[in-house]
Amino acid sequence: MAEFLQFCASGLTVGAVYALVALGFTIIYNASDVVNFAQGEFVMIGGMTTVFATAAGVPLPAAVLIAILAAMAIGLLLHRLAIEPARGASPVTLIIITIGASIFLRGLAQIVFDKQFHSLPSFSGDTPINIGGALVLPQSFWVLGGALVIVIALWAFFNRTVIGKAVLATAANRLAARLVGINTSFVIGLSFVLSAAIGAIAGILVTPITLTSYDIGTLLALKGFAAAMLGGMGNPIGAIIGGLLVGLLEAFGAGYISSTYKDAMAFIVILAVLFVMPCGLLGRASVERV
Amino acid sequence: MANFWNKIGRAAATSVAVLALGAAAHAADTIKIGSSLSMTGPASFLGDPEGKTLEMYVEEINANGGVNGKQLELVVYDDAADANSARTFATRLVEDDEVIAVVGGSTTGATMAMVPVFEDAGIPFISLAGAVVIIDPVKEYVFKTPHTDRMACEKIFEDMKKNDISKIGMISGTGGFGKSMRGQCMDVAGNYGIEILADETYGPKDADMTPQLTKIKGTHGIQAVVNPGFGQGPAIVTRNYRQLGIDVPLYQSHGVASKSFIDLAGEAAEGVRLPAAALLVAEKLPDDDPQKAVVTGYKTKYEETTGEPVSTFGGHAYDGLMILVEAMKRAGSEDPAAIRDEIEKTQGFIGTGGTVNMSAEDHLGLDLSAFKMLEIKDGDWTIVN
Amino acid sequence: MRKLMSNRLVVPAFLALLVVALAFVMPSNFYFRVAALVWISALAVIGLNLLMGFAGQVSLGHAGFFGLGAYSVAILPAQFGLHPVIALIAGAAGCALLAFVVGRPILRLKGHYLAVATLGFGILVSMVISNEAWLTGGPDGMPVSRLTLFGWRARGADTWYWITGGLMVVGALLAVNLVASPTGRALRALHDSEVAARVVGVDVARYKLIVFVISAIYASVAGSALALVNGFITPDAAGFLHSIQLVTMVVLGGMGSILGSVVGAAVLVVLPQVLTVFHEYEHLMLGFMMMAFMILLRSGIVPSLSTLIAGRRA
Repeated sequence: MAEFLQFCASGLTVGAVYALVALGFTIIYNASDVVNFAQGEFVMIGGMTTVFATAAGVPLPAAVLIAILAAMAIGLLLHRLAIEPARGASPVTLIIITIGASIFLRGLAQIVFDKQFHSLPSFSGDTPINIGGALVLPQSFWVLGGALVIVIALWAFFNRTVIGKAVLATAANRLAARLVGINTSFVIGLSFVLSAAIGAIAGILVTPITLTSYDIGTLLALKGFAAAMLGGMGNPIGAIIGGLLVGLLEAFGAGYISSTYKDAMAFIVILAVLFVMPCGLLGRASVERV
Repeated sequence: MANFWNKIGRAAATSVAVLALGAAAHAADTIKIGSSLSMTGPASFLGDPEGKTLEMYVEEINANGGVNGKQLELVVYDDAADANSARTFATRLVEDDEVIAVVGGSTTGATMAMVPVFEDAGIPFISLAGAVVIIDPVKEYVFKTPHTDRMACEKIFEDMKKNDISKIGMISGTGGFGKSMRGQCMDVAGNYGIEILADETYGPKDADMTPQLTKIKGTHGIQAVVNPGFGQGPAIVTRNYRQLGIDVPLYQSHGVASKSFIDLAGEAAEGVRLPAAALLVAEKLPDDDPQKAVVTGYKTKYEETTGEPVSTFGGHAYDGLMILVEAMKRAGSEDPAAIRDEIEKTQGFIGTGGTVNMSAEDHLGLDLSAFKMLEIKDGDWTIVN
Repeated sequence: MRKLMSNRLVVPAFLALLVVALAFVMPSNFYFRVAALVWISALAVIGLNLLMGFAGQVSLGHAGFFGLGAYSVAILPAQFGLHPVIALIAGAAGCALLAFVVGRPILRLKGHYLAVATLGFGILVSMVISNEAWLTGGPDGMPVSRLTLFGWRARGADTWYWITGGLMVVGALLAVNLVASPTGRALRALHDSEVAARVVGVDVARYKLIVFVISAIYASVAGSALALVNGFITPDAAGFLHSIQLVTMVVLGGMGSILGSVVGAAVLVVLPQVLTVFHEYEHLMLGFMMMAFMILLRSGIVPSLSTLIAGRRA
């Protein structure tokens, strides 16, 4: 039982990060049909900026704020300078642009920061908490709590504010949204800024546990994308479930089956799910219009 | 940022100049040596200090009058640890840059991909990668400076034997380094009467190893754990080890090669043991240690120039370059074959990795005495034996 | 496009001419090697372009087939003493069979779901290659025995330039003919609209599977060629990043353009060699240029430029 709980704790912590990356994918995808492969770089920017700001003597809360703002600014620039000018290009062209952006941001990070690994001190110490025999770091609760707060805040934003509803309307039907007077370019820009902020927060929360470096983004984008598809592309709840599930599958795969093939477990399950449910767990089937 | 655009501008200007001058740029009064390193990508923590070291010391050598009266010219490419790129750069170094010797190859994969090119062209090649396959069997033009993973296993098992440890668990990275060292450890464990009861692995980019360590913790009778791997993996393993409250000794490998490991692992690093080159404990060496002057000199220069903690990886590049330079001085010519012969005759060379005595049968020239067994105490290395 | 169909030999003939002409201006073996790498990538990209550009199906796992092709010429001769050419054919056949088996369930998926399924497939292949060290040498790779034909040993970059160039031209010729065949027309119908294609009686699933198998064979042969050229192979060849690189080459050069496949491959193989002058700014420049190309030439280099030129003339 203690073992089981330990695997759960590991899976949920790592999974929460995948979930937040998947959520970032989903928000941008819904607003613009763009699959943003630079999403993992936002996580890196969040972690690395906080590390370097604190190292420069900035107190942690201020450093966190700087990191989130920096990521948001880069998210906005990414939209304005790379996505907006290519408006109307095919989805696959846009994907290649975001891949180019992720290479660019990694290249920038290795110059602005460095190529070393970095860590942050845990927010509330390193003494593990004993839960039914499983030893869990306090930082894991920060990660899970942070993810929960983000999800609730997003829900409130989308359902309780006019701007949020405009985003939802754009996601549902871009042309109709434009007809009722929604500035869709603003909405898409906003979705990039939001995703960047979510990614950065994930990066900051998880750095004390998993460390960070300039090139952690690729793997996170890969896992986050897989998680988003597992949950059903375009469904925020699906993204969260998908992310947590991928994290849990890896942890249980490593714990119970084979640590060498633990990543394989996650992908085998994803393939199996897609064969049965071709639109992911919570995705809706769309009918092709001729 | 201004600096950044300046550099871009300068780089653009150089490229135009290079294109314009073409072959004319091949001045005869310089000696060209080449390198392909993993300065970015998954092994950038190897290639980055290696590249900085090479550049730093070529500059110093040139400032002191160069080699045999000529200036050195260093050509470095970044293969991002991709074997196919490394191979292309190897061809480029031989065919296009016409270098007379190569110090490089951060990973075993990249090194092995380049070996046929340099063997065919007859260009001496000093590799900076770990695995024993590079020099065993011996290849005419291929040498290497880092200790082999097999030696690290032997050093660790020796220490275990001293402490009456015979049943161990292993948790290895699945990258080239971890995978190769795991195999070597399995190979030599029997010689030391050591039994491996648990054998777990983790991916090179994994962020949490508690599931694997939970399994090891649950395996009955384990007296110690060994963690072959490098990069951020060993730091995370060490933290998770502490988190799970595992109380048997933890041995890291020589893949943990700089002070940044202690910074990353924090308090969890206390009590961790590892075999390492003397470079890590430069200040703690007794004054009569033959390596003392070399390692403190390198450490001071590296840390002052880069502002980063010194690593044994950069040290391997220092050793490679210096072995090459001394061989060139002895050969007194720029003939690759003559330089090769002199490299093979290297005797009593004192580098950051130990004392190097090469021969026709041994293109590494280090023995187990090159390793010190270290233990981390109060956030610093201490020498155990 | 119409012009291409009216004369199926134009593009392959042009490519053949290019291979021959370039050989005369190559200053050193290094250039021969880079060109050989371009031809190899182009071969894989032509195959992938058939799938992406003509059948409209994306694959993020094509490096898996590439890797299997590469490792079959490494493993089969070493373990079973097969001749490398036989091993190459066996690898291609194995990939075709594998594509046939996994293609059925995978190709039922659409769009991004297809992308993630192929991605998963590619990752599984590369994990097996890098983990089963007893067979593949693991992450550090394994040597590949040199190719000998009738007692003549293929070595030297210029020899490989001709062999790979020949393979690429043959690959382009076959692809152009496939596109112009009834199968090709069915494929294009499929690309434009699957539903419409189904309505007019195209067996959509069958055609998708056919082109998936064909593109797997292209990737496998290209992988075998790379392994033979290098004499050494590591799991990077089968990795996720390589898959992404192949897709980028297709899109960069132009989806649905055979010539574009070669151009896309050339740009992404040659660019890193040129960008070495920027040292630490290399990746920055690579990312920047990828974005710039796609923003300015959004249908890919070849289609965008030909539209541009056609527009000027009109």
